[in-house]
Amino acid sequence: MELAFAVVIGALTASGVYLMLRARTFPVVVGLTMLSYGVNLFLFSSGRLATGGQPIIGSAETYSDPLPQALVLTAIVIGFAMTAFVVVLSLRSLADNNDDHVNGRVPEQDSTVQKQEQEGANT
Amino acid sequence: MNHWLTAPILIPLIGGILQAFMGYAPIALRRTLAIATTVLMLVAAIVLLVLADDGSYRLYAFGNWQPPFGIVLVLDRLAALMLVMTAVLALFCHIYAIGGTDESSRQFHGLFLFQLLGLNIAFLTGDLFNLFVAFEVLLIASYGLLMHGEGTSRTVPGLHYVVLNLAGSAVFLIAVGMIYSVTGTLNMADLAVKIPQVAEENLPLVKAGGMMLLVVFGLKAAILPLCFWLPGAYSNATAPVAALFAVMTKVGIYAIIRVFTLIFGNQAGELSGLGMDWLFPLALITLTMGVIGALGAASLRKLIAWQVIISVGTLLAAISFGTVAGTSAALFYLLNTTWVAGGLFLVADLVDGQRGSAQDKIVTAPRIANRTFLSVLFLMGAVAAVGLPPLSGFFAKLLILKSAVTESDVAWLWSVLLIGSFFTLIAYSRAGSIVFWRNVEGHIEEPQKLTPSLSVSASALISLSIVMVILAGPISRYAEDTAAQLHDTSAYTEILSKPMVGEEK
Repeated sequence: MELAFAVVIGALTASGVYLMLRARTFPVVVGLTMLSYGVNLFLFSSGRLATGGQPIIGSAETYSDPLPQALVLTAIVIGFAMTAFVVVLSLRSLADNNDDHVNGRVPEQDSTVQKQEQEGANT
Repeated sequence: MNHWLTAPILIPLIGGILQAFMGYAPIALRRTLAIATTVLMLVAAIVLLVLADDGSYRLYAFGNWQPPFGIVLVLDRLAALMLVMTAVLALFCHIYAIGGTDESSRQFHGLFLFQLLGLNIAFLTGDLFNLFVAFEVLLIASYGLLMHGEGTSRTVPGLHYVVLNLAGSAVFLIAVGMIYSVTGTLNMADLAVKIPQVAEENLPLVKAGGMMLLVVFGLKAAILPLCFWLPGAYSNATAPVAALFAVMTKVGIYAIIRVFTLIFGNQAGELSGLGMDWLFPLALITLTMGVIGALGAASLRKLIAWQVIISVGTLLAAISFGTVAGTSAALFYLLNTTWVAGGLFLVADLVDGQRGSAQDKIVTAPRIANRTFLSVLFLMGAVAAVGLPPLSGFFAKLLILKSAVTESDVAWLWSVLLIGSFFTLIAYSRAGSIVFWRNVEGHIEEPQKLTPSLSVSASALISLSIVMVILAGPISRYAEDTAAQLHDTSAYTEILSKPMVGEEK
């Protein structure tokens, strides 16, 4: 259980970080979302992974901590709002610059490379 | 329980909600209400400052829950100082904003007040997770404020700022989760008690959590590897927003002071002084980087944005000593640098309006309108920022220089700070002489009118550095008391044993 959970968190975080380092806004937004999923799961696990526990001390054999769930709930709400905002902002950036590159335009060096590649593909 | 503690949070909250519903109300009404809200907030902050100056801790527990079970607001000297600093800066920025900046968006005042709400929660809260929430409140308001204004120049720096801060929030949550998983608490006073008792095998987790907190606060404060977002974002924001943002990096510094003196302070056993040996070299490199950036700045706004980074480096160098003298010197410098940097952003915007198409770029241009008034303001601001006598920056830097104790610290701090100040001086004199003195033929069509609200607010913020010289005695006395209170953490943890129920007062 712990191992599966850790692998999921790790995979989500790794793909999130990888996508955030991309040059286009869409992968960056998806990366941020995945990172926040990974973080939420991590936060959830900080109360230990156990089933059948009661949140009141003494009412059952195992005690399950309810606070991380409250924390995760807050983090989900905030993360949701922020994702909505960053989506709108990327659309605005696309509309303003006619390009979805994170810097508003493709740096010149890259664009010449791309042009050469296109020309190479055309010939 | 002291209900006054909620005033700096409730006042901008209610004012901001009113503004949100009043987007289509006449602008005069919105402005009057908005300024009234900020003035009320300043009054509340001053009341709290007077309350806090007796040196005791005041507590407001939400829902009357006994800490550490509920969320608490804690007022001490440091929190009160930060509240007053923010309220004073915000009032003048707000007065400047009603000079015309607020016309291009209906929700400017609402966002401005929500920004203040987030800042005030961050200063008052006594809970690590609540600090995260406060950061998010002030960040989402700042995203809106940063994008405020006409034109498309802000989209890209705004996007960078938002993405970077979202990544920072993720790191903050991971750090909070790590610390919670070991200690089982997020109340700062309770953490200060629990951290020294952490078992040997769990120490690395807490250590990693603490270092990640330092990374997040460093991102907010713009320490070197994490500071390159700042010049682009600040120099593209509209003037009152950029001036208000002068306090945003100080939130990161506040969080570093609070968490790393209280939770990872001298009493924290194995974890005491966590990260502080990293902080000193990083602070000095940040300072150097800021000076290099200031020397190469192409416009006045960029120059002042780099000045913000210089001040962050100076502050953290003093804080990293972890001594009463270092912290009190840093607090004195904090007041000086926040107000002066805010004032300089406003002056740069005024200069921009008087130079036509040359804007605030450091290039030769036709003679600027209202030259005497603006150049005197810029001179005063530059003198205070660089730290030349007779203005307050000089005393602040002197205190910081004196706070270094060991020989290697003295050597490094004195050489970097003094040489850095010298080159900052060169950067300012170069900028000032090109902008104000080196003129070409021609005249400027329709310079912006210097209305009272613009010129009064800019000159008031700059002249606060004179006020600080006159009141240097009381202010440095307060800063010393604050530092002493911060380093005596046992009194802070006593709030845990204050009974909540049955108390009538």
